[in-house]
Order: sequence, then structure tokens, then C-alpha cells
Amino acid sequence: MNKDILVCGVGGQGTVLASKLIASAAMNLGYTVHSAETIGMAQRGGCVTSHIRIGAKAYSPLIPHGSADIILAFEPAEAVRNLAYLKKGGLVIVNNVPVKPVTESLNDTGYDGQDMLTYLQSKCECIIVDAKKLCADFGSTRYFNVAILGVAAGSGRLGLDVQTILAEIETRVPAKFAETNKAAFTAGVEYSAADHRQ
Amino acid sequence: MRKEYVMGNGAIALGALAAGVSLVSGYPGTPSSEILETVSKYKKGDVHVEWSVNEKAAMEVAASASYSGARTLVTMKQVGLNVASDPLMSLAYVGVKGGMVVVSADDPGPISSQTEQDTRMFASFCRIPVFDPSSPEEAYAMIQDAFDYSEKYSTPVLFRPTTRVCHAYASIETDEAAKPKQYEGFVKDSKKWVIFPRLSYLNHAMIEQRNPKIGRDFSGYTGNTMAGDGKKAIFTGGISYSYAKEYLKDCPDVRLCKISTPYPFPEQFALTCLDGVEEVLCFEELSPFIESELLKVAGTHNLPVKIYGKITGHIPASGENSADSAAKAISAFLGRNLEHSGMDLPDAPTLPVRPPVLCAGCPHRASFYAVKKAMEGKKSYFCGDIGCYTLGNAMPLDMVDTCLCMGAGITMAQGFHWTDPESTCFAFVGDSTFFASGMTGVVNAIYNEADMILCVLDNSTTAMTGHQPHPGTGRNMMGNVVDKISIEKILDGMGVGKIITVDPLDLAASIKAVQECDSLKGVKAIIFKSPCIAISKPETQMKVSDKCIQCKKCIREIGCPALITRDGSICIDQGLCTGCGLCSQICPVNAIGGDSNE
Repeated sequence: MNKDILVCGVGGQGTVLASKLIASAAMNLGYTVHSAETIGMAQRGGCVTSHIRIGAKAYSPLIPHGSADIILAFEPAEAVRNLAYLKKGGLVIVNNVPVKPVTESLNDTGYDGQDMLTYLQSKCECIIVDAKKLCADFGSTRYFNVAILGVAAGSGRLGLDVQTILAEIETRVPAKFAETNKAAFTAGVEYSAADHRQ
Repeated sequence: MRKEYVMGNGAIALGALAAGVSLVSGYPGTPSSEILETVSKYKKGDVHVEWSVNEKAAMEVAASASYSGARTLVTMKQVGLNVASDPLMSLAYVGVKGGMVVVSADDPGPISSQTEQDTRMFASFCRIPVFDPSSPEEAYAMIQDAFDYSEKYSTPVLFRPTTRVCHAYASIETDEAAKPKQYEGFVKDSKKWVIFPRLSYLNHAMIEQRNPKIGRDFSGYTGNTMAGDGKKAIFTGGISYSYAKEYLKDCPDVRLCKISTPYPFPEQFALTCLDGVEEVLCFEELSPFIESELLKVAGTHNLPVKIYGKITGHIPASGENSADSAAKAISAFLGRNLEHSGMDLPDAPTLPVRPPVLCAGCPHRASFYAVKKAMEGKKSYFCGDIGCYTLGNAMPLDMVDTCLCMGAGITMAQGFHWTDPESTCFAFVGDSTFFASGMTGVVNAIYNEADMILCVLDNSTTAMTGHQPHPGTGRNMMGNVVDKISIEKILDGMGVGKIITVDPLDLAASIKAVQECDSLKGVKAIIFKSPCIAISKPETQMKVSDKCIQCKKCIREIGCPALITRDGSICIDQGLCTGCGLCSQICPVNAIGGDSNE
């Protein structure tokens, strides 16, 4: 299997855990995996991306433009920012909740993410995830990172099965959060099954 | 053997441990910091690991350990190599005994650095070998080779990964049983270890005779590879090789040549690569190093080959390469389209910009704001420095007038004083930067009678690079609890006339401290002491009450990311607020407050 998966969002949203779970699940299935993370100054409220490349024929640590099979976007504008990476026929799974930059409070441009979602729908196959609804049972959107991974796994497009990722959550997430994370992941899988594809 | 999925920096660390390293020293700097941290995590046996006070100290600690025969590793980012260049230049003449590898991580882009300098150029300047890995897997094996070459030729060796190698992840088969290599100990020999003009003269001649030999040795090095055939060749190295390979893996009619040892240049290998080739594209980042070396080879051997690259304008002079820039440049060179066709996206909506900002609750914001309020209407200079607090430049704080290099703010404040004595000159420096290169600047100010106010932003950590301990934190990399070195006592010992330690989150006291210092002559210091929010737990969170008159003063004055407008009203993002309370001290109608019982 060759699969390029891009995870993007804003610093602090938990993209790194999602990316690590994908990479370790793929490795446990015997695939060669490479990945790359944004580290450093950009983490402080800036745009962050994780590139995960599954398969032995990937040489560049970063996914080339037009090659990603799937984009997991934790924020609508970040999905658009990284859309050039998506290949034709690729899938975007995107959080519908915008994160306004600090500059937005000083100079209000009225950014609310809606234009981004409309644009995404006009360009590619999308699953728009209602994060508040999806995470309602867990009391916090901080479980969104694992929930969106569930949506991706449930879509059947990740190339990784649900059980393998669940087992990774079990081993990688600290014990006291593991149960909630597994529940959030399962909720994502079910959300995907309910077909929110647009 | 065990498989580990690690960052490129982790691979370098595991490679050094596999090579039997006994001493590892360094100073934090993105993208290099995780190397030393990984050594500390995985080391077995008697390996000394330290965050030295700066890169020069790290280089010197490792140098004498290497004189004793121990294998040593020194880690830093590229600008750190400038700081360490004094010992390294001399060490290149003196040489070493135990293998000594100096990792200097380059940062094309630059992504988080002041410069786009190229460590390969530094190697050529120092006349010492340099290795350039193209992936984490290769870095793991190559650093072990680097130790061998260092010992074989008794010279320190540079090893320069770039950001995308340092921060890429891959599976590495590591040797869990690796132990530090045994060493003999220092053998006194003043003719060998004491640098004098005569010794430098003799060793200079020796080095210039030796380097062509190393170049010939490198011509047979397995890291230098050639694949494919044809009249056109791509010469590349480091991460740029991985980008080029992504597109050329299915192009056997193009010769792809990888230079992993750019200096001393493997001339014989390059000649083999150039055999039958009419045109060459050099695809590399930072300086046109390979391109210049190939021009020399072509000139020396009178080869009828055209060489394209940065010098000819075929590759951008600055910035980093990518898989996409490789596709573009190589497609143009070969006259065929290798680019993946993605979607056409000319009509994308305007994207919000997300500049990096000081975190919500960051005590630096409060320190800057106090100085700003205290100096309102008075002519002042604000000299910044390297660290999170460089972000104090952003609106609405706008409190960083200059930033040059580590420790420079303190000395630059003095230059402004001498050119404008009527103004008040401030230097802002973090605690780790103060220890690294700030102290001598304070001595300079006192000795030369400058007037300035030193603001030490003491958050008890090295925040920007990932919370490394430093001499003021009371912890070191051997896991020991040690005496904290007091910044206040250092300043007092130097003779700073006025030293005030204040909690920056107490706005009134902080403003008063600044005003008091401003009324005095000479060198004054304010230590703004409050821990980084990433290493402390919030006790309360702020809330906006219905007393709020929506004047937005809080947002306009301090620009905290936790202060947001929701449905037109000011509110506080509970996911971000750390309860620092700065906003509550600014609100004109006392509408913001915290209550830990809520």
C-alpha cells in the first residue's frame, strides 16, 4: 500500500497525536512509514502540518503537491491552505469550527470559516465534521483529534482498520485518558458510518 | 536490536550512542535540540551529557575529552556554530584523538533562525570534513562513519543535517547493547596540544596535504552514490536528494548523483559521475557549494560540460527546496513534465494569517506592557534578543526595536545610549540567553559607564527550544538537582547599582520598578520573575462580568490570544486562559476577575 496522509490545523489542537497514531498503526501492520512534523516557533498559534507517508516508495519526507490521498483538517482555513497537496479524487475531512487568529480580535475581517467550507465543497469530496456535536458526549473538543481519526478510519479511505488504531490508542495514550479517547474514536467511526459526505 | 520510530534528531543521537560516544555537549537551538535530549534518554553506561552554557563552552568541553581519546559529540544549530567558531578554527589545526563529531543543523528557509548560512561553507573555511545526510535512516549510519573518519584523520568532523532531516520521522534499527568506547586517557604532549604560531604553520601545511587524501577516500565512500545514465545529470545532496529521488526513481535515463561528503570534495567520484555527461543541474539548498566544486573540477579537467544551479539562476538563491520545487526545476532541466497534477486552485478565498504570538498568559507580555506603560511619552530604545520574547515585537505590544543575535540586546542598548544619551535604553534578555552570552555585555556597560536598564525576563526555562534546563533552573542533563545560579547575585557581584526583582503579573509594582530605575544613572536591572505557562499550572481563570462596557481596551492594549470577541462581546477563551490576571489590571471598569471556586 502507498498512502499519503496530511494532518493540518493550528498549534495546540493535538494534530501530533493523531499523526503519531496513524504512523504507529501503519507500522504495526508492517508498512514502511515516514512522517514529518512542524516544530518550533510556528507551534505558538501558527499553522501546523504533519505529513505521513506510508509505503516504501516515498523518498521526500514532505508529501508532494497533488499527492495526498486524504487530508484531515482540524480547521476550515487550514484545509484550504493545504488543498494543493490533495490529489485528484482525494478526500478532505474537515472540522467546521474556525479558529480565529489573534490578529482577528484587533482587526475584525469577519472570518468565520463558512467561505472555506463552501469552497472546499466546490473543489473536492468532503466530510464536514460538526465537532461540537461529535464531541458533545466527552465534555471537551480536546478529544476532537482522536474523533476525527475515527471519522477517517470509518470512511474506509485511510487504508488502516479500526481495530489496529484502537489498539494504538490503548498503548499510546496515558491510561487515565485512554477510555475517553477510545470512546471519542468510536464516535468518529460511527459518525462516518452515518454518512456525512458532501 | 530494536526498532524505534524516531525523529531524525533521534536517529543522530542513537547513531552516536551506537558509535560508542562518551561525552555529549551542546546548546539548544531549533532544529538541533532533540539530539542531546535523546542521548540523555537512551544512554547506557558512563556517558556524560550536558547542556553547556553556550556552544563555545560545549565545543571546548568536548575538545579536551576528545584529546583524552573519548568519542565526543557536540550539538548546535547553525548560528551556534558562529559562537563556537573560535575553538573550532583552532581545533582544526590542533586536531583530536578520540572521534569528535560536531553537529551543526542548518535551517534553509529559514524556518526558525536568523540566517541561511551553510555549514558546508564553514567546513571548507575550517578545512575539516563535513557529512550531509539525506534522511533519518542515513543519518543514523552516517554519524557512525563520521566518528570513524574523525579518528582515522585525527580531525574534528562536521555533520550537518537540515531542518527537514532533523524533524522527519523514520524507523531505525538501534543497537540497544551499545556502550561507550574505552579510551586511553590524556597523554601530555605540549608540542601537540598547545597551539603556537609555529605549530599552526606546520599543521596548516599538513592539513592542506591531507585534505586531497580525504577527498580521494570520500570518492569511495558508500554515501556518495550514482544512479541512472544519460547525457544529463542532477547533482544533489542532503534532503534535496530525497526530493529529487521522489521524481527520478522512475527515470533511469537521468544520472542522479548524491554528494554526502561535500568537503573535502570527492573529485574522483565527481569525475566518474561526469563521464559522458553534457549538462548538469545542481539541486541544493543554501550556498551553491556542490555547484562551485563542480565548476572547479570542470575547469581543472577542461571538461566540456554545462553546469546550472544557483549561480546561473536556475535554482532560487534563497529559501528551502521542496519536492515541488524539485519537480519544477528538474522538469525544466530535462524538458519533460514530472510534476504531479493537483487541482487548479486560482479562486481560493483569502486565508487568515496566523503569525506566531506570545502564548495566552505568557509573563513576557506583562513585562513588556509594564515597560511600555512606564515609559509612555518618553524617548526609549527597546533592544530585544533571541527567544520567545522576540515575539514582543508584534502589535499591539510593539516593544522590540532591534534583534540581532544571542546576547546582542544588552550591548546594543549601550550603542544607542552613546548616540542618544538623553533617551532611556532597555535591553530585554531571557534567563537562558543571559547565561549563554548576556553576562559579558553587562560587564561592558558597567566598565564603560553606559546608562541602561537591563530587563531579565526570567521564566525559569529555555522556552522557545522546548523547555531545556539551564544554570538557573537547578537541574542538569545528568538528572541531578544542582544549586541554582542566582542572576540577582551575579548582577550584584558585577556591581549593578540597582537591582529590582518583581513579579511581572503585578502590573503596578512592575511599572513602579521601571520608573524607579529610569530615575537613576548607570546600569540598572529589573528581574521580571514568573514561570513559563507551559511549565506551571493555572490556579484560576479570568471571566468577563456584565459590568463590561465593550471598550475593548484589554484587546487593544495587550493582544492576549485568550481575549476574543464572540457575537460582538468581549469574552475569555477558557481553553486558553491561564489566569495571569493582566487583563483584569487593565480593565477600566473592573469587569474582569478570577474566581478559583467557580
